[in-house]
Amino acid sequence: MIVGEQKPLKEIMDLLGDAQKVLVAGCGTCVTVCFAGGEKEVGILASALRMMSKMEGHPMEVDEVTVQRQCEWEYIDPLVDRLGDYDMVLSLACGIGVQAMNERFPKMVTLPGLNTTFLGLPEEQGVWEERCQACGDCILGVTAGICPIARCSKQLLNGPCGGSQNGVCEVDPDVPCAWQLIWERAVALGRIDQLLEIQAPKDWSKSRDGGPRKIVREDLRLEKAE
Amino acid sequence: MAKAHKVVEERTNGYKSGSNLERVLRAGHFAVTGELGPPQGADPEEIRRKAGLLRGVVDAVNITDNQTAIVRMSSIASGVLAIGAGLEPVVQMTCRDRNRLAIQSDLLGAYALGMRNLLCLTGDHNIFGNHPTAKNVHDLDSVQLIRMVKDMRDESHFQCGDEIEGVVPSFFIGAASNPFGDPFEFRPYRLAKKVAAGVDFIQTQLIYDIPRFRDFMKQVVDMGLHEKVYILAGVGPLKSSGMARYMRDKVPGMIVRDEYVDRMAAALKDIPKEEKAQRQEALRSTGIQICIEQIQELREIEGLAGVHIMAIEWEEAVQPIVEGAGLLPRPAVADEASKGEGVG
Repeated sequence: MIVGEQKPLKEIMDLLGDAQKVLVAGCGTCVTVCFAGGEKEVGILASALRMMSKMEGHPMEVDEVTVQRQCEWEYIDPLVDRLGDYDMVLSLACGIGVQAMNERFPKMVTLPGLNTTFLGLPEEQGVWEERCQACGDCILGVTAGICPIARCSKQLLNGPCGGSQNGVCEVDPDVPCAWQLIWERAVALGRIDQLLEIQAPKDWSKSRDGGPRKIVREDLRLEKAE
Repeated sequence: MAKAHKVVEERTNGYKSGSNLERVLRAGHFAVTGELGPPQGADPEEIRRKAGLLRGVVDAVNITDNQTAIVRMSSIASGVLAIGAGLEPVVQMTCRDRNRLAIQSDLLGAYALGMRNLLCLTGDHNIFGNHPTAKNVHDLDSVQLIRMVKDMRDESHFQCGDEIEGVVPSFFIGAASNPFGDPFEFRPYRLAKKVAAGVDFIQTQLIYDIPRFRDFMKQVVDMGLHEKVYILAGVGPLKSSGMARYMRDKVPGMIVRDEYVDRMAAALKDIPKEEKAQRQEALRSTGIQICIEQIQELREIEGLAGVHIMAIEWEEAVQPIVEGAGLLPRPAVADEASKGEGVG
């Protein structure tokens, strides 16, 4: 899932500036599951904004809404009738949702209330960790199912650097060394041979370095290309 | 491609690069390399001063590339200054700061400016340096970098496959190996990958655990790697017991046996705190003495071709270490055919 984290209240207040009427818009998918931008967090943040703006002497009128998925037109289109009432929208969706709102409602300023942090999973209740960088050319088949692009601090493809010790990365003792994990799993699976092959330089053009990526599936399109 | 390869062979008279380091190793001498850290400023005299301390003492000197991710004078520019001061550089190149385009163009320039040895490194993570918020590159890793430099030299093509026009950069290719990092069992395999990628020489991480290094070298010898690559053992003089303790406890990927910490501490025994000069001298001579003994011990290990002495910001220590280890004078390996090329 996409994991996000709410921006500090002060930063959000600065972004909103002197707006008087604000709609806080949550999203019912990934950011709800990671407790950052769902209906509950929308309610808490809206209250905080009301209190803080009042304390600062320019009370803000803050309304709340949460849609099922802010990244799909069909879920955000119904908001069109409500938006006329507001100076600004504060979206608690990921960066995709914020951009979808700006794209669909070009006259309305939609601001980000979250930092979209990574693609990951909850390791345990309250702890999320990155697992994928959406590099566009998955190599999990040759790295014992553990991704060094997302999990090695130097994105190494041919084994650990010299800074791996006692299972942790040199960058942070709380970060497991991806190559330690890869090695141990490959040993357990009896598949170390694939780690001994030299991995060629990665084709980063399939990642973001090739510019924004796009997938077109003609078999799914309603209006077929000529 | 074959034609270009032949040109390279002729130009270097059978050597891969014709560097002094390559000639010393090929001739079977126990090689000695040193290390020179460029300044955090633009003063060429800094390089010349340090080069003066190492000239005639080592066969070649590593010039670090923004070591520990702290901005310093470029390793290639510093290398030009070192050559001017009569010292052969080993240019260090990390994957942290440059993508494959920048690395290759810098290598063309480095070769044109007379560099002949290159050390291919992953690079210390930028979080440790003075620009922790920088975007790191890691377009390639060190194994891929080795292969790229080898292909430039032996196949006359760039990483993309395009042919190199005219002069081909022909480096003596080095890399690092850390026998003390984890997973320990993977370390010899990682070295094997570097060998398969085309590395010519290896300099190891600082060794303060000779028994473990011996285990590592045994695996290396069993795998036959020592016959395919020159391995230089990394050593460095300790400055104090505090430094030894810091490296033991705080530096990732390092192992320091307690005996070294204890010996440095014992050096100050019976010398009163007020006797600053005497204490300093005791530490200095003990650090150098330990390093000399380490070199003598390491020379007994099968498969080693030399030592790499890292005495960053203590270049003065290198001469007494090399002399004490019985490795002076450094050999001059004559090579009639490559005379007059300004190499070495």
